[in-house]
Amino acid sequence: MFGPLIVKPGSSRNNKTGSWRVESRPKFLQKNCIACKMCILICPEACIEGMEKNTYHCDYDYCKGCGNCAAICPKADIVMIKEGVKE
Amino acid sequence: MREFLEGSRAVAEVVKLCKPGVISAYPITPQTHIVEELAQFVANGDLASQFVNVESEHSAASVVLGAVAGGVRAYTATSSQGLFYMGEVLFNIAGMRLPLVMTCANRAISAPINIWNDQQDSVSLRDCGWVQLFAEDIQEAVDLHLVAYKLSEDKSIMLPVMVCMDGFALTHGIETVDMPNQEQVDKFLPPYEPLYKLDTSNPMTLGALGDPEYYTESRYAIQQTLKETLDLMPKVTSDFAQVFARQYSGIIEEYYTRDAERVIVAMGSVCGTVKDVIDELRKKGKRVGLLKITSYRPFPSHAIYEALKNISKVAVLDRALSLGSYAPLASEVKALFFGKKKQPQVVSSFIVGLGGRDITRDSIKEIFRLLTNKERSCEFIDLKPELLKEKYE
Repeated sequence: MFGPLIVKPGSSRNNKTGSWRVESRPKFLQKNCIACKMCILICPEACIEGMEKNTYHCDYDYCKGCGNCAAICPKADIVMIKEGVKE
Repeated sequence: MREFLEGSRAVAEVVKLCKPGVISAYPITPQTHIVEELAQFVANGDLASQFVNVESEHSAASVVLGAVAGGVRAYTATSSQGLFYMGEVLFNIAGMRLPLVMTCANRAISAPINIWNDQQDSVSLRDCGWVQLFAEDIQEAVDLHLVAYKLSEDKSIMLPVMVCMDGFALTHGIETVDMPNQEQVDKFLPPYEPLYKLDTSNPMTLGALGDPEYYTESRYAIQQTLKETLDLMPKVTSDFAQVFARQYSGIIEEYYTRDAERVIVAMGSVCGTVKDVIDELRKKGKRVGLLKITSYRPFPSHAIYEALKNISKVAVLDRALSLGSYAPLASEVKALFFGKKKQPQVVSSFIVGLGGRDITRDSIKEIFRLLTNKERSCEFIDLKPELLKEKYE
């Protein structure tokens, strides 16, 4: 008998790490963004996307709410908001 | 062909016949002769293997893990501290479901440092998901390596097997051994065909994250598969008998147990001494017997129950301890009878042969003498009380 050996590539997509988020999540304000991509580089889940200014957003299925993107944003254009608060 | 061989040499010869593509090991007494011989075979061009010299047992185990993951038959051997140093990799090899054969030359564990034989090393690693087969003599050690590869690489099993042979008693002892030839081995053991392997044209990951959603099932699968190896073993040993004309159960062996009143349960080379004592006592009309356990993992509870259910007095010999608790083998033998209708009146537990202390015929006779209606727990045989008088005040 074989259990889930998790052998095919891309299996990390199956782990919806967004469920690990407890307190807060990032909100991408998309107002003063300069497209420096620092948020993309620092995200440990690589779940942030965007190209042009003010287009950046993250995939909440995988965002663990670590807050690194908000901390590194030079324009303070990403803020952490309480989980459960409507945007 | 019958040859007069040292145990290590015989094991090296049989491993050579199994044609592992990769061998990696780090020398440790009493395993050294095995891997020295294999290194010599490779250096002389007698074995087309890659022998990977490493800086530690942790690396040796990691190298053979990688080799099997790459689709190649592999081999390693170690002992004692080296086995412990391999510990976390051993769990990985089983967890990744990689078939591998390793020889453990059983040796005591430090401290105090001791290079001599007991079985604390492999017994301590009984929970790592490997099959553990204990050999009684050199012939059986040789044959179990063949059985081990066949069992391990069966596509329904795909789990590693540790062949345990008592250090010095078997690794350095010399016996007449009926050595198989290449033709026979090729007939019994076809080339390794991996069920899965690391391959850039068909990428996959082994040993990836198994979060709470997955981990339990991966352990359950190993638990079930280890039970299934007990069902497969008779087929493997009967295939073995057809090619090599030697019959093993691979699980347990019963020696004069059918009409016995008192039976010793043991693993490894001590079984030979026990058999000699039984032969002597039988001549005097004593109804004594031996139950030899070959397969310690998976633990053959059902087979042991069937063998011992009508025996009134059972003595379990442990060459290892679970310090602070009962002896490992004895506690499992006792546990399997719990709640059963038929069971021995007495299951006594004896600790023998730690750190290379000889287990003589007299030691075995003493155990039979102590095997009375009074149940004994962790009774040390041949203990020297005079050595326990040290004071450090």
